[in-house]
Amino acid sequence: MTSMPERGVVSKPPQTVVPREIRPAPDRYRNALGRFKVTRSAACASCGKCVQLCPHGVHEKPAGYSYTVRPHDHRCIGPECSKTSHYCITQCPKKALTLSRNPSTDLLGDARWPAELILSTWYEAETGHAPTNGLNYQTGLSGGGFDKIRLRFPAKPPREVAAEEVDTSLDLNRRNDGRPQVRIDIPVYGGGMSFGSVSIHTILAKARAAVAWNSFTCTGEGGYPDRLQPYDDHVITQVATGLFGVREETVQRVRMVEFKYAQGAKPGLGGHLLGDKNTPDVARMREAIAGNALFSPFPFHSVYSIEDHKKHIDWIKQMNPRALVSAKVSTPGDVDMVAVGSYHAGAHIVHLDGSYGGTGAAPDIAKKNIAMPIEYAIPKVHKFLTAEGIRDHVTLVVSGGIRTPYDVIKAIALGADAVVIGTAEMVALGCVRCACCESGRGCPRGIASTDPELMMLMTKDWATQRLINLLGAWREQIVDVLVRLGLPSTRALRGRADCLYYMAEEGVG
Amino acid sequence: MPERYHIHVVPTKHRFERVGRSGTSDWREDCSRCKSCVKLRCLYDNYESEGDYNRDPSEPVEPVFECKACLSCVQGCTKGLLSMALNPEYQALGDHYWKPEIIATTWDQAEAGRIPVSGAGYRGPFSGPGFDAMWTDMSEIVRPTRDGIHGREYINTSVDIGANPSQLLFDVKGALQNQSLLVEVQLPVLLDAAPWGDAGENILKARIKAAAALKTLAVIKAGHLPAVPAEERCHTLPVFEGQEGPECLEALAQCRLVEVADGPECLALVEQLRKVKKDLLVGVRLPLTPEAAARVLELHEAGVPVVHLCADFRGRELSAEKPRFVKEMLREIHGVLVKKGVRNEMTLIAGGGIALAEHTIKAIICGADMVAVDIPLQVALGCRVCGHNGFCPVGISEVPLPYAVQRMVNLMGAWHSQMLEMLGAMGIREVRRLRGEVGRAMFMEDLERDAFKDLARSAG
Repeated sequence: MTSMPERGVVSKPPQTVVPREIRPAPDRYRNALGRFKVTRSAACASCGKCVQLCPHGVHEKPAGYSYTVRPHDHRCIGPECSKTSHYCITQCPKKALTLSRNPSTDLLGDARWPAELILSTWYEAETGHAPTNGLNYQTGLSGGGFDKIRLRFPAKPPREVAAEEVDTSLDLNRRNDGRPQVRIDIPVYGGGMSFGSVSIHTILAKARAAVAWNSFTCTGEGGYPDRLQPYDDHVITQVATGLFGVREETVQRVRMVEFKYAQGAKPGLGGHLLGDKNTPDVARMREAIAGNALFSPFPFHSVYSIEDHKKHIDWIKQMNPRALVSAKVSTPGDVDMVAVGSYHAGAHIVHLDGSYGGTGAAPDIAKKNIAMPIEYAIPKVHKFLTAEGIRDHVTLVVSGGIRTPYDVIKAIALGADAVVIGTAEMVALGCVRCACCESGRGCPRGIASTDPELMMLMTKDWATQRLINLLGAWREQIVDVLVRLGLPSTRALRGRADCLYYMAEEGVG
Repeated sequence: MPERYHIHVVPTKHRFERVGRSGTSDWREDCSRCKSCVKLRCLYDNYESEGDYNRDPSEPVEPVFECKACLSCVQGCTKGLLSMALNPEYQALGDHYWKPEIIATTWDQAEAGRIPVSGAGYRGPFSGPGFDAMWTDMSEIVRPTRDGIHGREYINTSVDIGANPSQLLFDVKGALQNQSLLVEVQLPVLLDAAPWGDAGENILKARIKAAAALKTLAVIKAGHLPAVPAEERCHTLPVFEGQEGPECLEALAQCRLVEVADGPECLALVEQLRKVKKDLLVGVRLPLTPEAAARVLELHEAGVPVVHLCADFRGRELSAEKPRFVKEMLREIHGVLVKKGVRNEMTLIAGGGIALAEHTIKAIICGADMVAVDIPLQVALGCRVCGHNGFCPVGISEVPLPYAVQRMVNLMGAWHSQMLEMLGAMGIREVRRLRGEVGRAMFMEDLERDAFKDLARSAG
């Protein structure tokens, strides 16, 4: 038998440090979108009254300017403001200001990601804090699951916890198998998005934010771009059914390897990359022919049993003795059995991807109808692992519709250890959920596109800052909730379903 | 190599103006006529392709039907003057059951003949009434029996219509007495007329030609049968109501399956039709009323091998105070037949409210052998399910025959592909094996109970 490389044998480029700093990162478009439009007519005398009045920063007259600039109306809180003493519309001496609904926001988002959730995610990515302009940043309008679950706060927390004391870190290796411990500072890491489905700027920004927050990002099924190597310690190499870009060195250079058995948005189906997006660069990375649609098979044709699955995991463990292994599975009716099987096959992390998860391209029929939403799968698996006596030996990570820090809290209280996010990151980068990622030149906003022109709509540094801010805002909100619950850590929240209540309809449950 | 079932789809452009979701955009005074107007930079060239003057920055903007609502122009306009809105015409499409999204995707499928694929996760509500309160299952690593999607060309969507006897009976000479009479169709979908009937002769003709191309049957009124060319009659399923003239009976020579509308004289008519032609399969078309399950058992007793259950056009039970949805009705009717041990002696066809490909699969899981599709075939031709009686805003009766045939074939081609995706994900190779397989589905009420029964119900 040939000897396997030890830790450090694989040459590793110097790792880049990214500071964990919240800095303003305003919308990259000229006109930021908001729920309201504030229009200043030609009657304006630039007296500056509105600038003095508005505490939200809608009006601005920069030093040295003789005119008041176009209102930053995305910050406006709307007609609510008329109840306050700083309502600019009535107090403008020239009556030059008008306030109206912005019809464009009706086109933004959908039931799962309503406009307010998108706008508040943008706000968080811009400022690093939860919105204060009246947006609902906690729940969507899907009418079920997380959107019908709310938190129950005690009148007085059972324990005084200071915000600075709250610990949101998580150890990922709970098997006690001699492999290195890997700790992440927030119970959130980035989901797999392949080079091809998204641009290199998106990939790098995700990796850099993962470095800043000491967490992870994942390559997805599109190979390991060289430019990711300075972030190796925070990258998960994904091994998916198409095996695109899976090489010995890409498995060996990371601390974590993920098997993607299935994806929530298209359970039971393989990955899709439509021909338009298979550009020469993408094709080179995937060792494929440019312009051809790439369909990954389903399932792994080397895995038809849990024993085959173990063989897979053993293969990775042999190749990289320091790696933790994650098994990403979707949510069939017997997801609890799948989770137990994955644990017994040797996985450190069982990653459940619920049926309303994100994708760069999937048949609409699969997104809606196949497999169960993650809200149902978490308690099912958590309870089953507990009953099997192995709950504390495996890390349960969930994804598929985690949109806000409140979803993170609900998922953990239902029984997860941590979550994986994807769409939320895309929204932070300016995604409007127009659902046009899959074809043509890809994303019209330059996030999920490898088109050389479109990808330049967004810079790596701006995108990095947006994601760092987003995670900062999320952690801040998670800490705030834990303080109100009197819990010292996110680990203490796990399985605390008593902190939740369900707004059930009659006859349900 | 044996011939495989294949649906020949040909992209066929929409004949009517496609109503887009994000219809209108407007701009207000103060446009600076800048040279780099966002209209010129539309990624999809929509401003240009939908009207030349839209390209001119100084001209107002018309509705853009193909707009994808990426909002790049709204956010990029130098002066912030552009805004967009939901198109009220789009929102007015259909009704609460035949939602605008259903109509729009049906148009797209009838145009392209392909399975709709898009980016981003599911965008709709968490669940909903009817078929939206169930999810189909999928196979994962621990289930060794799975067939795998790699074999999707081997997934069979054919259905045998008729009775499969539970045992073979022989006479004293050893001859088989109960030879089963079966009609095989290649798609678990019959092409039915809309509840308001076929709006024009071409639509009737198109359904028959599409049924021929799809290797299934078009449901027609028996009175129309004599006018159908003899060589096409084998693709029809005539429905008799009792008033038909003798010429309709004569025209039955090429037919394999007929239906009789349920009623007091129904069984007599069944007998009469059986006498016309020995190898003619005669079924009953039964309104889905609260008595349907009992009536199905009676019909089984009477030896009727096929029952076509008809819900209303939104998939609801008829003449009931609190109508149940076709999904619940199917589970009940399938259940009583299974309990009696005679399920294979009857074919159940579910009609009414079947709007999307997923409904076909879900109805079959709930106990139907196959479905009848009606309104979507009209939508494929441009129908907006507007509910006007007698006045069609898109002049559907004027559609050219080849267009109508191809659009119907395209829609069914797209549905077929989607069925294969779902069957593949479930690890099921034959649509016949899916019938009543509730183990391959997850019902919302069960999932809610399992997941959330321990949760408190109030903040207190």
